[in-house]
Amino acid sequence: MKIKTGLSRKIFLCINYTFLGVTALLCLLPFVHLLALSFSGSVPVAAGSVGLWPRDFTFASYQFALKSPYFFRTMGNSFVRVVLGAGLNLLLMLLMAYPLSKPREKLLGRNIYMGICVFTMIFSGGLIPNYMVINQLGLMDTIWALVLPGALPVYNMVILMNFFRGLPPELEDAALIDGANEWCVLWRIIVPVSKPGIATVLLFCIVGHWNSWFDGIIYMNKMIHYPLQSYLQKMIMDMETMMRASGGDYVLLLSMMNARTGRAAQLFLGALPMLIVYPFLQKYFTKGLVLGSVKG
Amino acid sequence: MMIPGLIILAVFAYYPLYGLVIAFEDYSVAKGFHSPWVGLENFRYIFSMPGFVRTIPNTLFIAICKIVLGVAVPVAFALLLNEIGNGFVKRTFQTLVYLPNFLSWVIIAGVFIDILATDGVVNRILGRIGFAPVSFLGNPEVFPFTMIVTDVWKGFGFGTVVYLAALSGIDPGLYEAAMIDGAGRLSQVRYITMPCLKSIIVLMAFLSLGNIFNAGFDQIYNLYNSAVYETGDIIDTYVFRIGIEQAQYSAATAVGLIKSVISGLLLVTAYSLAYKFADYRVF
Repeated sequence: MKIKTGLSRKIFLCINYTFLGVTALLCLLPFVHLLALSFSGSVPVAAGSVGLWPRDFTFASYQFALKSPYFFRTMGNSFVRVVLGAGLNLLLMLLMAYPLSKPREKLLGRNIYMGICVFTMIFSGGLIPNYMVINQLGLMDTIWALVLPGALPVYNMVILMNFFRGLPPELEDAALIDGANEWCVLWRIIVPVSKPGIATVLLFCIVGHWNSWFDGIIYMNKMIHYPLQSYLQKMIMDMETMMRASGGDYVLLLSMMNARTGRAAQLFLGALPMLIVYPFLQKYFTKGLVLGSVKG
Repeated sequence: MMIPGLIILAVFAYYPLYGLVIAFEDYSVAKGFHSPWVGLENFRYIFSMPGFVRTIPNTLFIAICKIVLGVAVPVAFALLLNEIGNGFVKRTFQTLVYLPNFLSWVIIAGVFIDILATDGVVNRILGRIGFAPVSFLGNPEVFPFTMIVTDVWKGFGFGTVVYLAALSGIDPGLYEAAMIDGAGRLSQVRYITMPCLKSIIVLMAFLSLGNIFNAGFDQIYNLYNSAVYETGDIIDTYVFRIGIEQAQYSAATAVGLIKSVISGLLLVTAYSLAYKFADYRVF
């Protein structure tokens, strides 16, 4: 498309690159600063002289974070939650999306079932009734309180359903003629050919579960049952108290860090798994957006 | 096949709807959902509380600004990014701006609490170029704008990706034809790119209508403090405080019910508008 590259075009491109570059850096630099803080000693941090590079390099904040009785426990809880929660999400989405992807003529009452699902996206009981239901079912302080309420993510299910609808109907018809039943069609035909669509919604679910924090705070009474994000939330609010409470053999570590470096270290550790995987997940997310916009 | 999913919805989505009756009752733990009926008393009570009434304009202001900028900024960014020919640079920028999307508000808030503190790095930079320190998170006049800017910062990468996908779907033949007809870059953007993007912009705008009462609980709960309640307290944070922290279950449910009904109606309107004007249908 290069027909003419006039002077004004060059100036525009120059400004454009600079502007976009600066904006992109603005998205990255806060995390670099966080990293620098986490490796710095307490004195330069308190004096406000840490920028993008650590001063008085020390691992004290990380040692403190990793020695905390909660950090690994809550991270473990988060892993269990992601595996269990996203697994359940996937199973229920498949079981729901496949029948709903069929036209009205093939599934009696299809639009009614669809309406039942969509209604839950629009109206919800809200905070207090949900809390009471979890309480009545005796799920408080169990992992099920974090996994079951959202076990069928309707929005992602709709994305998956639209993906299934885009598959050629002959695939299914051929299998049915060969004597396969509906279950067989789902597991042996639909699932294998839908891997890209499944990967996308599964990743949405994984990131969603990993990042949720609020349900942990309201449904868990003991901090030891928190997922990592809920623990980090409490920690941000109250790092000073946590440091004071730890005392004892932490004295040496505490002398080299302060609440800010300690917070920075834990936040960075909490962000790390996502920072590592997101460049790889990104393309699936982009794909998923395109899938989601398939018209019905 | 659908039975497990329907059971989950029945228990965790429909049964709580029945729990909404406590908005019309004087809830007591012993009697549960069958507490004494008080009619609209709870609604009268919440509207008599100044703490609740001010959350409505706060919520609307923050949410509307976020919706408008949440559409405008990514469109502008995608258009500028689309002008970059170098694929590697383009992908790198896109990856970088997409980064904050993948982190929870807990982590993002932790970062902002640090860098936006009065002795934080942003104020140090402002100080060096001669500005007085700004209390981004403690000054009620500044707080809503801090929320709007940080929310756009976190979310615009996502929108950018959506619009870039839409831009790459535009037929290059249109641009070639326009160039032959002598259209410059700006007129190409104006007469080809914008009309092609119009439907997706309209769509995104309509779909965010349902969020007009969602000013962002995750963000505000993690960043606010009692000094900024006056402008920064929103409906959701208020419900949380009176409901979970003060255990006024009936009043909190009443607020939740009003909000749920209004945003539900808006959402239905939004989807029917989206269907009508952008020919968009999800279900």
